[in-house]
Amino acid sequence: MSGLEDLYREIILDHYRSPRNRGELPSPPAHRVEGFNPLCGDEIVVYVEVDDAAKGDAAVVSDIRIGGQGCSISQSSASMMSAAVKGHTVGEIRDLTRSFKSMMSIHEEGLEGGEVDDPGEADALELGDLEALRGVVKFPVRIKCATLSWNTLAQGLDEAAAATT
Amino acid sequence: MPMAERPPAVTDTLDVDAVRADVPILGRRIHDRRLVFLDSAASSQRPTAVLDAMDDYYRTTHANVHRAAYTLAEEATNALEGARGDVANFIGAADPAEIIFTKNATEAINLVARSWGAANLRHGDAVLLSQLEHHANIVPWQQLAAELGFEIRWIPLTEDATLDLGDIEQLLDGVKLLSITAMSNVVGTITPVRRLADLAHQAGALVCVDACQFVPHLPTDVSALGADFLAFSGHKMLGPTGIGVLWARRDLLDEMPPFLGGGGMILDVSLDGFVPAELPHKFEAGTPPIAEAVGLGAAVRYLSELGMAAVRSHEVELTRYAMSTLTERFGDKLTIHGPADAGVRGGVMSFAFGDLHPHDLSQVLDQHGVCIRPGHHCAKPLMRVLGVGATARASWYVYNDESDIDALGDALAEAGDFFTF
Repeated sequence: MSGLEDLYREIILDHYRSPRNRGELPSPPAHRVEGFNPLCGDEIVVYVEVDDAAKGDAAVVSDIRIGGQGCSISQSSASMMSAAVKGHTVGEIRDLTRSFKSMMSIHEEGLEGGEVDDPGEADALELGDLEALRGVVKFPVRIKCATLSWNTLAQGLDEAAAATT
Repeated sequence: MPMAERPPAVTDTLDVDAVRADVPILGRRIHDRRLVFLDSAASSQRPTAVLDAMDDYYRTTHANVHRAAYTLAEEATNALEGARGDVANFIGAADPAEIIFTKNATEAINLVARSWGAANLRHGDAVLLSQLEHHANIVPWQQLAAELGFEIRWIPLTEDATLDLGDIEQLLDGVKLLSITAMSNVVGTITPVRRLADLAHQAGALVCVDACQFVPHLPTDVSALGADFLAFSGHKMLGPTGIGVLWARRDLLDEMPPFLGGGGMILDVSLDGFVPAELPHKFEAGTPPIAEAVGLGAAVRYLSELGMAAVRSHEVELTRYAMSTLTERFGDKLTIHGPADAGVRGGVMSFAFGDLHPHDLSQVLDQHGVCIRPGHHCAKPLMRVLGVGATARASWYVYNDESDIDALGDALAEAGDFFTF
């Protein structure tokens, strides 16, 4: 089952079995955002706490928790994401999100009018463990599982920023 | 007072090997394994007889139907109307004009909601559904309720996902329409449609039956079921996609306003308005799915030759085999949702396997050529009753046999090993 081992790397299964930053944060001050994958019924809840959100991209995500339920790909992606973003700035996290989605073959240039930095140069944050999810690209129906938590976090960051204006 | 009606006992047998030989896609290999297709509840595969009927229609006969004097158009019209007659016979309809071809069962239920519902439901009325329903028999009523302000009530479920009819008489009080599945697409529960229809009629309500999972699998007689409306899809019963059926009592259809407007559904159009056509054309605006109707006609003839009693008997046996052998093999690791008695279920088995997420399970099974479906199966209210976000669902049909169930079992064992729980 070599194909499957590309998808289910050991580190993915580790994050699935022992998810990091699992739980809830009091909201407010944290922003609570729900994400749904209508195809498979997966539901994710991201609690994200942004310090000094008014600073925009310089604001720091001081804490994050993940709730909800889903498959190994969505859950491990959320777990790795939470570990990767905690303590980093909103700007760094947005760059990392673009890098991750680019790895998932999702290029946002077309969606956002070409204003995206080259992810290769903008990598302030390393994908690190998240590289393990690269194999998901070979299983197109699972890409939505891998990106669910990222889209949900992006929505949370947008809401945090909007709440300061 | 949980209950499920036991369908009539049957004795005929099905020659599964002969059916398998008729279905070309079953010769495919997936990841270098034999295709084990266990997703017929979502959409079935089709025999050569259906494929050839449609191909032959396009190669030799196609023209637009009705209102043309040339030979091809007349033959195409005869093909369409012949299929309508075949479908009418298949479900015991009194009159082919009671068969309305739609895009699918979803559109058929929307037709009932938008035509009968909009004309007859008012603020203060109630529509009764069950918590077993597919979204296709929920959302159209919610959409209409949001506009008209009627109440939607729900028949609750027991722990084994059968209808809890303890309060049915109170639930029916003041209800104008009971719209209910005849068989759950998730857990296979066969509901007591006849008994519910009698109770609903006594309470002054009409009865709409979502028979998407029933008509392909059990002998169907609309008058014996006591239905006033009945909806099903072609592609779940060996026919093509793109065609569904609404059957309704002629007197109801006569009273109902048209659903979609356009060509084909009118008797006359002037600058001041239009006069709708006679049944069934009144509800078939635009060029109908002619080749699809021809395919559906071939499908119901194929099923009739197999004998629907034999189909039902085969599926009960296979369900019993699956439930007993897989439970024996996997014990507590396997949780099968729904009724424990295969005799009151259709050939649909939703299950949990250890703590493996259905999406992951399905992915591993695919590597073994085994097609099952993970997810909420368009029945999120039922998922909440079952207390799960998703299930893995295997479903079987006329071309499946014990070897497919065994292949499912082998693939499940491999999945368990792979995730080592």
